[in-house]
Amino acid sequence: MSDFYLPPGLPAPVPEPDGISAPFWDGLRNEQLLVQRCAACRTWQFGPEWICHQCRQFDPIWTKVEPTGKIYSWERVWHPSHPALAQHLPYLVVLVELPDAGNVRMIGNLLGDPAQTVEIGTPVVGVYEHHLDSSPNYSILNWRLAT
Amino acid sequence: MSEERTFRGRVAVVGLGESEYFRFGRSPHPEFKLVLQAVLAACSDAGIDPTNIDGFASFGEDRNDAVRLATALGVKRMRSTTMQWGGGGGGCAAAVANGAAAINSGLAQCVVVYRGLAQGQFGRFGQAAPKTTVSGDMAYQMPYGVLAPPQKFALRVQRFMHEHNVGREALRAIALASNRHAQANPRAVMHGKPLTDDAYDASRWIVEPFRLFDCCMENDGAGAIILVSAEKARDFARPPVYVLGAASGAEWRAGASPHNAPLYGSANYHSVAKDLYDMAHVLPVDVGSVQAYENFTGGVAMSLCEHGFFPPEDANDFLTLENLSAPSGALPLNTSGGNLGECYLQGFELVIEAARQVRGESTSQATNKDVALVIGGPMVSPASSLLLGSEEAL
Repeated sequence: MSDFYLPPGLPAPVPEPDGISAPFWDGLRNEQLLVQRCAACRTWQFGPEWICHQCRQFDPIWTKVEPTGKIYSWERVWHPSHPALAQHLPYLVVLVELPDAGNVRMIGNLLGDPAQTVEIGTPVVGVYEHHLDSSPNYSILNWRLAT
Repeated sequence: MSEERTFRGRVAVVGLGESEYFRFGRSPHPEFKLVLQAVLAACSDAGIDPTNIDGFASFGEDRNDAVRLATALGVKRMRSTTMQWGGGGGGCAAAVANGAAAINSGLAQCVVVYRGLAQGQFGRFGQAAPKTTVSGDMAYQMPYGVLAPPQKFALRVQRFMHEHNVGREALRAIALASNRHAQANPRAVMHGKPLTDDAYDASRWIVEPFRLFDCCMENDGAGAIILVSAEKARDFARPPVYVLGAASGAEWRAGASPHNAPLYGSANYHSVAKDLYDMAHVLPVDVGSVQAYENFTGGVAMSLCEHGFFPPEDANDFLTLENLSAPSGALPLNTSGGNLGECYLQGFELVIEAARQVRGESTSQATNKDVALVIGGPMVSPASSLLLGSEEAL
């Protein structure tokens, strides 16, 4: 359990019935961060859609990117909105922008001391977290300060 | 030459009504019964027979089906039914716009716009609904503890405060203004519970940068208004409150999930506000009072900036309790107590209060009653806002 930033019991992410995000979640299980990129105009796109918002080409390509970015915003959560978190406060959430992928943004937890001072613009590196015993099993991506 | 896109002055509010307002779980009545009470109160205020209502309008996620309502009330002939897309309170002003558009276009003659919300009966917004899996937008958020509106919107407000150096005192002034006005309003859930600077500062964090009193309440209640054409409105007992302008919508890619809206530290009102003022033939300086949706105080600061009352760099100077207080502050704000003090009806209580301001019947009346602004839920899509005005404002 101590391998996880937040305790078990939160909802497990699964693809929508139409499967649009399935490559993203499968990628995290394999420690690969995949973001859509249009084959025609090279525009990055996240969250996923069936079409490129820039040129209307269908089926943007899932493209591997390095999990490195900068903190775009953050929050420290003190009140639990889920019973699983009641004994695990506070915790830190960061919104990270990925300069190598068109500045798309991803949410994750910031590893380390939850009381730490957080500054917008700080470089961070992704850390995969695998919930193999969960049913269904899933993987997520957290962040630590780049050193 | 293009024709002006407008229904300015063609539709009026002639009836206002609400149920009793309760802390969540305290209502002795189910949500649908609260809606019936609110609609009947609005009909009584207007002096109309409820069976003559022929149009219905509400907004995202209202559970109180218009057909059930028409059937229950014995409505003789149902015509227009409109539901604004989008969740949360982004549509509280658009619901009025859609009702007004139905009248202006001839689809209906007498429209009730309403909202019922009993969080005691159906679950609190501050808690995630119990489930074991999640997909779509929330799948990118819930596994990280971003589960409910406080955690979703704190990230946006934090970015806004960072970009413009907005301080916590500005948020505090918004919370204190709503509470001050709630003390004058016997309907308000927070009536008799005054908030001080010290109590605000000492209140617990919900999620930084929001303390407890930055967050809207969780309530049980319902509200309704009656709309008719401006021609008919002059025959009613109450002074007509005209729809001067309305607008709704969203910025480019505002719905890019998760948290990928290009204008992120924003309430999503830049282009909506322009459309609104253009239709109403009003400038920010003409506005006598503002009812701005407080999901969280930070959202109000954004909304006021984007409606042109001050640039974001001046937020700390403008947002003071003195400026935001009726009767004679620079911009009396949330004069019934709003979502923080009166009752959280996803902003519909703000619509009712704006109409009361134009009638001159608010419990915290602004000096200028003639133009009243309602700004719906900030940071959501679509967003919407509404300008109401008196005969003198036409």
